[in-house]
Amino acid sequence: MSNVPNDLKYAKSHEWVRVSGDTATVGITDHAQHELTDIVFVELPAVGRKVKAGEACAVVESVKTASDIYSPVSGEILEVNQAVVDKPELVNTDPHGNGWFYKIKLSDAAELNALLTPENYKAQIG
Amino acid sequence: MPVQYTSIVDEHLTVRSAAGIFDISHMGEITVSGSAAADFLNHILTNDIRKLAIGQGQYTLMCNERGGVIDDLYAYRIAQEFFLLIVNASRIEVDATWIRQQLEKFPQRNEIQFTDGSDNYAAVAVQGPKVKDFIAEVISGNAVGGTKVGCVTDLKKNEIGIFHFEKENVFAARTGYSGEDGFEIIGLNAAIEKIWDKTLAAGKPFGCVPAGLGARDTLRTEVCYPLYGHELDENTTPIEAGVGFFVVLDKGDFIGREVLAAQKANGVSKKCVAFKMTDKSAPPRPHYPVWIKDAKVGEVVSGTQSPSLGIGIGMGYVPTEFAKADTKIEIEIRGKRAAAVIVKKPIYTKI
Repeated sequence: MSNVPNDLKYAKSHEWVRVSGDTATVGITDHAQHELTDIVFVELPAVGRKVKAGEACAVVESVKTASDIYSPVSGEILEVNQAVVDKPELVNTDPHGNGWFYKIKLSDAAELNALLTPENYKAQIG
Repeated sequence: MPVQYTSIVDEHLTVRSAAGIFDISHMGEITVSGSAAADFLNHILTNDIRKLAIGQGQYTLMCNERGGVIDDLYAYRIAQEFFLLIVNASRIEVDATWIRQQLEKFPQRNEIQFTDGSDNYAAVAVQGPKVKDFIAEVISGNAVGGTKVGCVTDLKKNEIGIFHFEKENVFAARTGYSGEDGFEIIGLNAAIEKIWDKTLAAGKPFGCVPAGLGARDTLRTEVCYPLYGHELDENTTPIEAGVGFFVVLDKGDFIGREVLAAQKANGVSKKCVAFKMTDKSAPPRPHYPVWIKDAKVGEVVSGTQSPSLGIGIGMGYVPTEFAKADTKIEIEIRGKRAAAVIVKKPIYTKI
């Protein structure tokens, strides 16, 4: 069974969000990495880029295919995780921890209310 | 067959080091028999079917008049006048229609029987260096037809035998699509279902795992076997695709011969090459543009991350003038170009 930590919010498109004040950390879920398997390449957005919720802003490549990653929230990219660029397998081994993608300064905190709770996300992935 | 059972990389590496079993029931099984069957097959296929003794198989291609590939397939001579063709799943209907059309025009059509048995037959491919250590536990006893070996593991590369499995007969051929030693076993659906279970049980101590379409594709890409719809299509000839070895010009006339003979004599304008990424990049994928010296010169047709080598690899078409090993190329990945180099086929060889 996929791990769905209780302290995160989730997008239907399988990204997670960890909120801290007016910034948020974004990654992909354990369920997503399990479906993709064997992640071999991660492309992250440029620091300073402004993204809108639902916008494709990163790419994850598994052996199987390339998948777009959609930002669950709007804002400006503050920092990206170079570690997953250097070691893409971190997304498989520690998706909610060292496998995070980027930190973003929230431009509209109300968007967080539209995200899924852990219970709702668990229900979605069955 | 699913894309993967556990992970493409794990399944791939297990086939390279031990064994894996693939459900290839989607493949088509066509039989052509009768006193004029060999002559007819030599008319519609590029390889020379007369080279086959009973119980032998060959890789061959079926071309249109323009030399374009309708399908690539394996042809086995099961008996003197009985041939089994293993064709691509996506091409069964096209192939059957084409063969029927050619048959209608063939003078000795009354001496030929044609059947498409694809719906009745299932098949598994058991591939990997350890397969020879356990396959005789599954397919036991001597061959009763084809190459009449005493034991399935006595079959040599490209040989096929008919064996008793419980109350059925099954075909076992020493061939595959992975670059490893192995067997493809073809039989009625119910028998193959049991063979699947029995192979996994017998192979378990040897590390045999079920493997999916994903690993099948990465394995064949590493050894540069063409896949219909990627390296091959109706507008591409075997010469361009680099499988001209299987086009035999001196066997007499056959469909596509004129174009293929001219291409063998005068050369072709594009060629299928293999390449490796040389910089860290996303894996190459089909349809990505290929660049040489600031000009877009071609397109990737197969591409993936090589599980054995840990780098991006692929095949693509480039103008013949560039189709040489060590030529530096670039692959355009989402608008950015990444460095790669043309390499000799196969990309992966066993050490």
